[in-house]
Amino acid sequence: AENEPSWETPCSELLVYVSTPGCDGFPSLDSKESYKLSVSKGSMLLSAETIWGALRGLETFSQLVGRDENGTYYINETEIVDFPRFPHRGLLLDTSRHYLPLRAILETLDVMAYNKFNVFHWHIVDDPSFPYESSTFPELSKQGAFNAMTHVYTASDVRTVIEHARLRGIRVIVEFDTPGHTLSWGPGAPGLLTPCYVGKDPSGVYGPINPIVNSTYQFVTSLFKEVSAVFPDFFLHLGGDEVDFTCWKSNPEIRAFMKEMGFGEDYKKLESFYIQRLLHIVSSLGKGYIVWQEVFDNDVKLRPDTIIHVWKENSMQYVSEMANVTRAGYRALLSAPWYLNRISYGQDWIAAYKVEPLSFAGSPEQKALVIGGEACMWGEYVDVTNLTPRLW
Amino acid sequence: RYYEYMFGHSRRRTRGRRPLAARAEPQLFQLQVVIEAGDPGCDRHPQLTSSEAYHLTVTEPVAILKAYEVWGALRGLETFSQLVHEDDYGSFLVNESEINDFPRFAHRGVLLDTSRHYLPLKSILTNLDAMAFNKFNVLHWHIVDDQSFPYQSIYFPELSDKGAYSSNLIYTPTDVQLVIEYARLRGIRVIPEFDTPGHTQSWGKGQKDLLTPCYNGGQPTGSFGPVNPVWNTTYDFMTKFFKEISSVFPDEFIHLGGDEVDFSCWKSNPEVKEFMKKKGFGTDYAKLESYYVQNIVDIVSSYNKGQMVWQEVFDHKAQLKPDTVVQVWMANNYAHELSSVTGAGFTTILSAPWYLDYISYGQDWKKYYSVEPLNFPGSEEQKKLVIGGEACLWGEFVDATNLTPRLWPRASAVGERLWSSSNVTNLQDAYKRLTNHRCRML
Repeated sequence: AENEPSWETPCSELLVYVSTPGCDGFPSLDSKESYKLSVSKGSMLLSAETIWGALRGLETFSQLVGRDENGTYYINETEIVDFPRFPHRGLLLDTSRHYLPLRAILETLDVMAYNKFNVFHWHIVDDPSFPYESSTFPELSKQGAFNAMTHVYTASDVRTVIEHARLRGIRVIVEFDTPGHTLSWGPGAPGLLTPCYVGKDPSGVYGPINPIVNSTYQFVTSLFKEVSAVFPDFFLHLGGDEVDFTCWKSNPEIRAFMKEMGFGEDYKKLESFYIQRLLHIVSSLGKGYIVWQEVFDNDVKLRPDTIIHVWKENSMQYVSEMANVTRAGYRALLSAPWYLNRISYGQDWIAAYKVEPLSFAGSPEQKALVIGGEACMWGEYVDVTNLTPRLW
Repeated sequence: RYYEYMFGHSRRRTRGRRPLAARAEPQLFQLQVVIEAGDPGCDRHPQLTSSEAYHLTVTEPVAILKAYEVWGALRGLETFSQLVHEDDYGSFLVNESEINDFPRFAHRGVLLDTSRHYLPLKSILTNLDAMAFNKFNVLHWHIVDDQSFPYQSIYFPELSDKGAYSSNLIYTPTDVQLVIEYARLRGIRVIPEFDTPGHTQSWGKGQKDLLTPCYNGGQPTGSFGPVNPVWNTTYDFMTKFFKEISSVFPDEFIHLGGDEVDFSCWKSNPEVKEFMKKKGFGTDYAKLESYYVQNIVDIVSSYNKGQMVWQEVFDHKAQLKPDTVVQVWMANNYAHELSSVTGAGFTTILSAPWYLDYISYGQDWKKYYSVEPLNFPGSEEQKKLVIGGEACLWGEFVDATNLTPRLWPRASAVGERLWSSSNVTNLQDAYKRLTNHRCRML
């Protein structure tokens, strides 16, 4: 009959050729994800430099396969040369505001792979809860998790996530956000957080991590030593956002320290003091780091290879922030226009799609410092009952 | 099913063991359910006038749930199940209680839209369960619309054959009966809405010569508008169609729709223009719409069904039967609309502030909870005409993948507003109970 597709000999095999082996390794920021896909009569070839590129090509291939009304699988003759524009394409999940069971995280990793995301930014602990089971400091989750039996991530859980991600070419970058966002650390680490004062007396309430006592830095060193070993990626996210200075200001010992150090009334200098020591600790553990933009905004002295995570959004202020960060020579990650937790009615995917990460005033060298971005799904109103339809 | 709800989902892992010595605490052995009316209603369908009041006395050794009709017993059973809680050792406890309860409003509904997106049966049934947990008693089934016609009609099978998204995305007569019965067992009325004359694009696929052909410069454009109000065949069709609907759906009411009728197609059509002249309607197409609606009202009345309509039908001054329920949905100044509708003597239900499909970031349940339906200028008699309200979940951006988390527990805020007394307004207290209730529903 006319107009019937002329079916060729069925293709039965997709040949996958990877030039540089590395199936046992972990993906990194420098991993090459390019691939070539060639589909023609009786021959289907997917070739890539690395296994990570092969994974991307496999996803593309799977999307090209169609099925007709008779149930026959078919694929169009195709020639594809593909590679990512940005090397860091991430998704943030928040497992502190609400605990997410392992299956929710693994399912999210699956969908990330369908969308060629390659970084899982695990915002694992925060003020409301501390679900990370630390081998060095087991009391942290015992006292800080919503439920130390049911709402924790054991070492095995963490390994499962890392491996599940690795098999999909996804890096796991964990974030232990300090010195703010640490209320849940307090119960399991007495003396870590700053006691707030009302007048001359402690109010019973605690604030950010106490930056003036040595015990803090001993604790931080030990914790990050463990975290560095548990999480294989070169990068750690150290947080550093939204540090509220009121508690520090209220504490007489801290005020004395400020005087002693000649910081005056500029608490950003105190924050800077803490962060710099933290960065030094993490560097000496052989890790690189990502920090939220406040760390840059507050003039903390940073190493040149620091990655700044731009998140603040208020009338497109992030555009100038991207310019500032890159002008100062730092690499930048963009999240500000991609806070997917901020739901709204209608097809809001359009606004997210229209974002052009490089639309800021800057030189080509500056623009080259933008390594990518992350969609963020903060957990204040998200748990396993609504995560998937909210995110995808 | 309530036994399962209360005792079947024990989540507690035993952390300690209670001493095995004989218990000193009082024990509750039985909940007796007593239905006082001569005809309890167990084999019938709930109605607007059904009694949902109940009296619950929890004391050892036997608790008593008394209600006039079975519908009240269902409400009381839901309450009792909420009182039962589990302690850390896995024991089930209930506080000694005396509760006298009844709903503030008789019509407490949820609207589901199965035309913009098809909703599989399972979705609808799960939603009926959730409604029962929140003492909702009406499922307003907006079953067909422009986008698709999933209702499989017995008299007019072409409607869904041609109008559904696909042959498996339909509701067969069996499906429909299943929904009605599942709802009935939970004391929930099913009020179907077959919205006309607008919102009917999908009807035209399976029923030729029903919709108005639009014209441009004297020529048909090939596209169609609302149902054609000037042809006799339209009313022949509607007579037969609503005969079926009246027998398929047991509720006393049918929702006729009547919202958002776009007059531009009618205005372009020469036959319609001719008809307008003949009837002396001038250029007031609202009169034509009313003419159409009045005919449908007569048809549906002849089948002994009451009607519900969207507010435009009232606003455009169609002549309605006195017991027509007008649904107020337009958000702009809805208090004023409530005054007008009740001022004209019609019963009304409120949906305007409860369009739950309009999602937004944060705890928007609070604004739904804070609505006071009777906050409008009017006499006591007028206020009595507000028989309730409905939370609407329009389906433009909703299907089975996101319906449940989008609708619940936000709709719970509406449920409490419609059942509870007007002075139950404390948000902090509601927050505590709502968070518990959500976990219980999960």
